[in-house]
Amino acid sequence: MEVLAITLTVFVLAMFVGFEVITKVPPTLHTPLTSGSNAVSGITLVGAILSAGLQLTTLTTVLGFLAVVFATINVVGGFLVTHRMLRMFKKK
Amino acid sequence: MRLALVNLAYLVASVLFILTFKGLSHPRTAVRANLTGSVGMLIAVVATLLLLDWGQGVQVYGVILAGLVVGSLIGALLALRIRMTAMPQMVALLNGFGGAASTLVAGAALLEELAQGRLPSTQSTVATVAAGIIGAVTFWGSLVAFAKLQEIMPGRPLLFRGQQALNVALLAASLLLGAWLVAAPQATWLYVLIVALCTVLGITSVIAIGGADMPVVICLLNSYSGLAACATGFVLDNNMLIIAGSLVGASGLILSRIMCRAMNRSLGNVLFGGVGAAVVTGAAADAVYAGRVKAASAEELAMILESARRVVIVPGYGMAVSQAQHAVRDLANLLESRGAEVEFGVHPVAGRMPGHMNVLLAEADIPYEKVREMDAINPSFAQTDAVIVIGANDVVNPVARTDPKSPIAGMPILDVDKARTVIVIKRSLSPGFAGIPNPLFAADNTLMYFADGKKAVLDLMDALKQAA
Repeated sequence: MEVLAITLTVFVLAMFVGFEVITKVPPTLHTPLTSGSNAVSGITLVGAILSAGLQLTTLTTVLGFLAVVFATINVVGGFLVTHRMLRMFKKK
Repeated sequence: MRLALVNLAYLVASVLFILTFKGLSHPRTAVRANLTGSVGMLIAVVATLLLLDWGQGVQVYGVILAGLVVGSLIGALLALRIRMTAMPQMVALLNGFGGAASTLVAGAALLEELAQGRLPSTQSTVATVAAGIIGAVTFWGSLVAFAKLQEIMPGRPLLFRGQQALNVALLAASLLLGAWLVAAPQATWLYVLIVALCTVLGITSVIAIGGADMPVVICLLNSYSGLAACATGFVLDNNMLIIAGSLVGASGLILSRIMCRAMNRSLGNVLFGGVGAAVVTGAAADAVYAGRVKAASAEELAMILESARRVVIVPGYGMAVSQAQHAVRDLANLLESRGAEVEFGVHPVAGRMPGHMNVLLAEADIPYEKVREMDAINPSFAQTDAVIVIGANDVVNPVARTDPKSPIAGMPILDVDKARTVIVIKRSLSPGFAGIPNPLFAADNTLMYFADGKKAVLDLMDALKQAA
């Protein structure tokens, strides 16, 4: 129960930080914002690595491996495509 | 000690993610912000690898490494090969993969607890159910969105009797099964069943949404993919996942709200309204257009543009479809070289995702200072000599201001009709997504040029060059 209280605190505070920071992103950058935040949501990769690494049963290893693949596509694809777009905004 | 160090590394990564979003507040700092985010991700991954038991050696790291390599290759290939016009599809696909990963991780975590002879805590199981539901809906919903945007599936809403009732029933059943799983975590088949039900739910809910409402859907799925990661964070008691996930969740929610406001519609109306399914009747269109639409030749239009001192170009999804952004840039440069002031006016929901037009214009090297938002450019239309509307329809339809019964009533629009001359480049008089005729096309100060967007712009440039 104590742990839940702490994680909930973190969750609520992070939501507030998110709203504060993201309302300042100009409409020009809304597409890179979407793809960039997409890459960040690939953070679930951390959980995937733990499952793939723990290798408790064959099933969890397979699930972990698949999750690593999906999350990595998300992370690498997201950051790369965002970089491609943002570079176009920078150059004159 | 190792655990504490890893947690500190997670803290660093979380801060870097917040800085990523902060840096996206300006195009100048945005590239660095994105790199900051990728460094945060690298730190998080390396720290996690260190958390694993080193004693087990090669075999453990082999599986992870294989996953990382396969994922990186696919991700890099997608990111480097995708055309800028197809960015909405790309983002939809990536959203889906994020959701799928969270569902898989939550499921694996449940199995691991049970395999170690432990019963997961109530918090953990509740979060597992949440990750399963949100992740599966995100994955399948995103695949449908992708198929619609890629035109593998028809873009119009696919509706059937009892669709909403079915969706509600699917969600209710998933929640009930979820409650059962919380009470009896050993019954892992329940998790499989929940994911199966939400697979159907993801499909049936997104097929009901039309192509031009995709900006909202993409934002919402983006938000879901973050919330799924967040739920996984609650499963694993990992604060970094919760922080990163809720940042993304917040981002998607804010963007969906902005998109809904720009259409003067509620989120509920977008998700369940089935807007775009109706087709305009010929009679309604005739009443608006008959005898009033003036089609012009490229030469006539060139004469008008020749003498214009201020020109505003309004791009829409049609510009993306005909890949006309580079031609549009050349036209803008040509007009500027003749002494005209050229700006671009972009509606928040132009295109198939938020900011879609801005990316295309940036790709064509048009400086972002010249691309103005709706509220910034609207007061200037009265002092504008010529507006060129290319591939936009509903977002310039004055009916939004005048007819309270219209499907787009109250939607903020670009007031292009206030300009001295409006040039509309369009292939035909076919209606836009809202399925209604547009009186702008029949207005006294409007000239239509019926052609494909890119060809039309090239024709205009030829005529301008010959006039000189």
